[in-house]
Amino acid sequence: MFTLSEAINRGLRAGLETDPKVMVMGEDVGRLGGVFRVTDGLQKDFGADRVVDTPLAEAGIVGTAIGLAMRGYRPVCEIQFDGFVYPAFNQITSQLAKLRARSRGRVTAPVVIRVPFSGGIGAVEHHSESNEAYFTHTAGLRVVSAATPQDGHWLLRQAIACDDPVIFFEPKCRYWSKGDVTESPDDPLVLPLDAARTVRRGDDVTLLTWGSMVETCLRAATAAQAEGHSLEVVDLRSLSPIDTDTLVASVRRTGRAVVVHEAPTFGGLGGEVAAALGEHCFTSLEAPVMRVGGFNVPYPAAHLEEHYRPDLDRVLDAVDRVLHY
Amino acid sequence: MVEIFQLLGPDGDLRDGPSASAIDAELCRALFRDMVLARRFDDEAYYLQRQGELGLWLQSRGQEAAQVGSIRALRDTDWVFPSYRDHAAALCRGIEPAELLAQWRGVSQSGWDPARYRFHIYTLVLAAQLPHAVGYAIGAQHDGADELVMTYFGEGSSSEGEANEAFNWAATMAAPVLFFCQNNQWAISTPTQAQFGAPLHQRAAGFGLSTQVVDGNDVLAVHVATSRAAEAVRCGEGPAFIEALTYRIAGHSTSDDPTRYRSDAELDHWQTLDPLDRLRRLLEARGWADDGFFTHLEAEATALAERVRGACRALAAPEAASMFDHVLAEPGPALAAERAAYVEYAGSFLD
Ligand SMILES: Cc1ncc(C[n+]2csc(CCOP(=O)(O)OP(=O)(O)O)c2C)c(N)n1
Repeated sequence: MFTLSEAINRGLRAGLETDPKVMVMGEDVGRLGGVFRVTDGLQKDFGADRVVDTPLAEAGIVGTAIGLAMRGYRPVCEIQFDGFVYPAFNQITSQLAKLRARSRGRVTAPVVIRVPFSGGIGAVEHHSESNEAYFTHTAGLRVVSAATPQDGHWLLRQAIACDDPVIFFEPKCRYWSKGDVTESPDDPLVLPLDAARTVRRGDDVTLLTWGSMVETCLRAATAAQAEGHSLEVVDLRSLSPIDTDTLVASVRRTGRAVVVHEAPTFGGLGGEVAAALGEHCFTSLEAPVMRVGGFNVPYPAAHLEEHYRPDLDRVLDAVDRVLHY
Repeated sequence: MVEIFQLLGPDGDLRDGPSASAIDAELCRALFRDMVLARRFDDEAYYLQRQGELGLWLQSRGQEAAQVGSIRALRDTDWVFPSYRDHAAALCRGIEPAELLAQWRGVSQSGWDPARYRFHIYTLVLAAQLPHAVGYAIGAQHDGADELVMTYFGEGSSSEGEANEAFNWAATMAAPVLFFCQNNQWAISTPTQAQFGAPLHQRAAGFGLSTQVVDGNDVLAVHVATSRAAEAVRCGEGPAFIEALTYRIAGHSTSDDPTRYRSDAELDHWQTLDPLDRLRRLLEARGWADDGFFTHLEAEATALAERVRGACRALAAPEAASMFDHVLAEPGPALAAERAAYVEYAGSFLD
């Protein structure tokens, strides 16, 4: 059993061990091991030129990672918190995402950008944002989120090996939760980078979710079972591209769907999921696809965050609404 | 090597001379009082965090001279754009303990009305306040106001692009702005030698800012240097930059463990340069403060600590629906509907 943070650490370690071109770079990732200790011990074992404490400049971190990647390296950048990725937004959206297409495939930048995201830890402002939709809206990036130690480890290893840039979202409130991690890449539990995972089977309603909300949805499914409702829970894992086939197959079977994410529902990725289901499952749907998410307000102060974040009750409320439509 | 401006040595001896001409007993007592109260406030907030009353606290311990010396050199009509560790400066501006703690208790994203204190709310996204200060200063200049703008930031923040854009912008526009960098040697675990290759003051000078380097644990030097810089900015000589060399005695925040990355010896060294001890030695040596002064100040600090505890515990979380307030000037039907739906939903749990 490993915590999510340990599993990611081991994923980074495996990357550094197997490929001399892999580098880890970011603010405080070296000696300190990162503010969440995800990179703990890596600088000691791989040296300060492969596990690099950078100056405090996110645009610089991503910009130089792009340069290193052009030179054949595989940088894995850490952005300290979700709310601090914006200084790097220009480098990510205008440069990283577009290099391959702009150069007609001649220049590539296999950079991984790890971002601890979403709330639930009682943090001060700018430390709890779910900003994945800014990145899923940018063609040329792969965007994934690991909800479990298993995915923390293997999704990261796949992201590092991937020739495309990958934005890797880590639900920070899950860093300390434990789970098994399979040993071999050939284990059937190791899914491809762009596959969704059905984490619980059910027949009445499909919950489509990712990141911090996977656990919330699993708890909702357990609670619903006591009331005689069988909920299926699908963890998208890959937010761009989306594994539409898996989502559609599930919803065609259950006929009802609720998308749950922590980001504001307005303009959120849930809208894309709902639209895809509307297009592909229209005749199977017994109710409109519902969304549960953050409100269209800035993430509130810590004492209010549990009112803002979707919880078990809000998920069950939406389940009720699709069941009794 | 640039000269580090210092008036008060670590042993408390004052270098007399023309730069020290404005220094007298009254000023020293006032600055000492500010620093003692700020430290007590900071200690108290730290304990409150340890007791679970605050979610997080970023200590200002060790940086009192840099903050008090600089803010006390400004006029009340001048504006300040702080970072997030500038509690001593905030207190000097009269910001109330409850206002200062609200954000760290997690009941609000900011606690005070900036216009009331001419002290902007804290900015947690590093260096973002620097261009704001420059813009505000340009506006004040256009208005023909006799006001300057000072902005505080850490040496780590100076690596952000926005900091450097702000330096350049201010110099290009001759904005009446004073950049005050508290170089406390560490940006979380990153030391200055991993932060920049050339000293910060050199870079600032390269941008065309009129630059001074000052012993940031010497409140008198900071006060004199800031007064000089402010005077020059006011006279239209363009923007100024002060690098105050100081030290972050505590961890970066209450979540940080500084023993993971820095040595006890370094900490011990900086403890001997403590800004409060230093000024106290001067006050005693010159007979500028008697026992009564110190006893009275201690009582004042104790009373402040009590007030801080009470104010903190009294800070209640606002109603949940308040998160829908102030998002836009007018909420409009969509947000109003979202709020109404939330209120109805939340109400469904009440009997
Ligand atoms: C844009 C941005 N990136 C990263 C962070 C995370 N962070 C908060 S404080 C800090 C170190 C700041 O160091 P410095 O500017 O020297 O100020 P100090 O904390 O030492 O007062 C970091 C990296 C942030 N707040 N904003």
